[in-house]
Amino acid sequence: MSKTKTDNAVSFVRTEEAPLLPPPATQAGMIGWLYQNIFASMSDFTSIGAALKSLMVAFLTVVIVYALAMQIVGLVDFAILSAVWSDPEGVKREACWTVEQGGKLPVGWHAACWPFISAKAKFILYGAYPNEALWRVNLTYAVGLIGLVWALTPVLPYRKYVGVALLTLYPVMAVVLLTGGGFGLSAASVGVYTIIGLALISIGRLARARRFGVAAADLSGVFGILGWGFVIFAALLVVLGVDFNLEKVDTRDWGGLLITLVVAITGIVASLPLGILLALGRRSQMPVARFLSTVFIEFWRGVPLITVLFMASVMLPLFMPEGVNFDMLLRALIGVTLFSAAYMAEVVRGGLQAIDMGQYEGADAVGLSYWQSMRLIILPQALTHVIPGIVNTFIGLFKDTSLVSIVGIFDLLGAAQSTLADPAWSTPVQGITGYLVVATIFFIFCFGMSRYSIYMENKLNRGRAH
Amino acid sequence: MSGKTKAPTSVLNDAYLRGVFFQLALAAGLVLLFAWLIDNTLTNLENQGKSLGFDFLVRTAGFQISQTFGTWLFDYQVGVSTYLDVYYIGIVNTFLVAILGIVAATVIGFALGIMRLSSNLIFKSFATVYIEVLRNVPLLLQLFFWYFAVLRAMPGKREKLELIPGLVGVNITGLYMPAPVPMDGFSYCVMAFVAAVLITFGVRHYARKRQEATGQTLPVFAISVGIIILLPLLVFVLNGSPLSWSIPEFKETGAILRRGYQPGAGMLLVPEMLAVWLALTLYTAAFIAEIVRAGILAVNKGQTEASYALGLRPNITLRLVVIPQALRVIIPPLTSQYLNLTKNSSLAVAIAYPELVSVFAGTALNQVGKEIEMIFMMMAVYLTFSLLTAAFMNWFNARVKLVER
Repeated sequence: MSKTKTDNAVSFVRTEEAPLLPPPATQAGMIGWLYQNIFASMSDFTSIGAALKSLMVAFLTVVIVYALAMQIVGLVDFAILSAVWSDPEGVKREACWTVEQGGKLPVGWHAACWPFISAKAKFILYGAYPNEALWRVNLTYAVGLIGLVWALTPVLPYRKYVGVALLTLYPVMAVVLLTGGGFGLSAASVGVYTIIGLALISIGRLARARRFGVAAADLSGVFGILGWGFVIFAALLVVLGVDFNLEKVDTRDWGGLLITLVVAITGIVASLPLGILLALGRRSQMPVARFLSTVFIEFWRGVPLITVLFMASVMLPLFMPEGVNFDMLLRALIGVTLFSAAYMAEVVRGGLQAIDMGQYEGADAVGLSYWQSMRLIILPQALTHVIPGIVNTFIGLFKDTSLVSIVGIFDLLGAAQSTLADPAWSTPVQGITGYLVVATIFFIFCFGMSRYSIYMENKLNRGRAH
Repeated sequence: MSGKTKAPTSVLNDAYLRGVFFQLALAAGLVLLFAWLIDNTLTNLENQGKSLGFDFLVRTAGFQISQTFGTWLFDYQVGVSTYLDVYYIGIVNTFLVAILGIVAATVIGFALGIMRLSSNLIFKSFATVYIEVLRNVPLLLQLFFWYFAVLRAMPGKREKLELIPGLVGVNITGLYMPAPVPMDGFSYCVMAFVAAVLITFGVRHYARKRQEATGQTLPVFAISVGIIILLPLLVFVLNGSPLSWSIPEFKETGAILRRGYQPGAGMLLVPEMLAVWLALTLYTAAFIAEIVRAGILAVNKGQTEASYALGLRPNITLRLVVIPQALRVIIPPLTSQYLNLTKNSSLAVAIAYPELVSVFAGTALNQVGKEIEMIFMMMAVYLTFSLLTAAFMNWFNARVKLVER
């Protein structure tokens, strides 16, 4: 133990630091990355079972790499490298024909026919909307897009007001611009509604001043809301009734992406409040409201959207009195909205259930009314909880808009599908080219929505963690 | 709480009375709305000279339905079969494609979900790309793609693309494959199979008893598989193999109109059905994959570690600790995906696969014109199925619910 220094002629005590070794090859650099992410899962040969598993993983990896590479190369080749980009001679379908079919392309050619898409672009995007009025659609898009970006970008000022305008003024503007407005103005009805509205507002004011006793004072709010409702309705009649000298465009001439966006956005905007109401109804203390909400939700969730659209297109006209003729698009809109409201209700209900009882009791304890506590305490928390679910419902709704093509409305998919029937462009590749374009458009919208939802979720979670 | 209190609140602020009032108003409004709708409907029907009633169901249907499992099962014949038969055929075809889709989507979905969690980057990225692309493209578009761009682009009626030479081939009229034709004595094999299944239950019971008594386990799974395969096989061989195969027959010579696949030989899957099945399977599999991934991630890592600490081996840990807990999370959303798949099968109307919506609310409705009755009958099928599934889910959730202290 106690060895003297002289015993140890050769000292085993290091006097200088050992040189730094490079990290093992399996842990660092390019090789390390490759090892950890790919080869680690197939490098276990310690037993027969593990070796078999490793070999299988290796085999599958090779198969998948090959398949993915073939797919990607195939897609790039189809869409870009081998594709026909232009039709300078204006020969239409012959531009995309192989020699066998009477064209100039080599035998076995199979790639995208872009001149077909550019010839049909207007129809796929706008349907039969008149060319000289397209600026109205584009203006509607532009205003909507600017408003949406503004309302959704967290750093910009006045986001709340932009959002409110987007939900109130924008739809009116869109209706006037897209249809052409001028639905006919009845000065008498506008006058009557305005007078009723003003009268109700004044009654409300007087009631609040206790001119009609204590009991009526409690109703002042109701009078006020009703009164404003009438006034706003009158204003709406004026805006929709005045002829702005725009060409009228029947909704039957709408089509393509325009229909998809109109149906999806109307459905999204209308289904959220309706869904919230239904969810509150289903969790309400009142048995009648609860029962009705439950029946409504379960009914719409229990049937496929197609049957709802069939019902809207076949049965709705039967339900209405003689002479009332709903526009086909409006029927589909009603069907889509009610359908997605039921799904939205279940998502919102999930959020409501996740809220601690203490929040409800706390709201009651500070004396808030039912609607106040919902609006100020419960719903903000509940809706934040279920943002992913809400966005998923939106995505589902956006994809489901394609079903309106089955009841004869030419949405993006329906318009693209109908262009395939054009004999002037009849080629074997026309179908795949068309589907590729439509799929890309849908993918961009849906994928974008899901990414925004993930971003919002992370942002809100970060806020909650503090 | 109501009138007796001295509090200075008016009757208007009494929560109970308010509730009663709102509910009465709601109910009255709804009754009025329905009365109005029904009145309108009756007036409209009268004006159109129509009446309500289900007597059309016994009338014979005068249109052709493409050959499918349903038409085979109900022996559909134009001019003989009734509209009620058409209804049944629609239901059978709907559930046929739904069940096939559910089986395939579950297999693919589980595989993809596990792949997405793999440490192998290739597996992970393949699963991610697959899931993201298929989830974000409408099902109807995928259906069109499979039907119009893939199956309609198959070789023509007089040609074929062979998948397995001589046995399985495909052309524009569909996929042809051998059909099993049971002969005398095959029923014994079926009975043997049922008996084998019953025996495995016995084996499982015995194994559990034995484990409880002695602590020793039996390889139940291997024994069960062995019994289920061997017993029917034994009966099959002893009976002199009572099963023949009807092989698809393809003629390349002869009269030009008679060339191609011959009717009556082999089994034919029509392209409509293939397209619906492919589209539903691949679309739903993407959603199932996400559910499976979430379910596996939901099992705390501590569970695995605790299991290892107790000395359980990895595969037993997976089987007895991880999977049961993951399934608790997976099964409810999985069931709703199955329900979605069944409801989505109605999209088949777009390519005229004769399922419920297409054949009953489409073709038959155009012939009969009984909108209200027929749409009601169609919705009743989906609603019943949905509510039954919901009832099952409630029962299941109550059964597997975490028992908390």
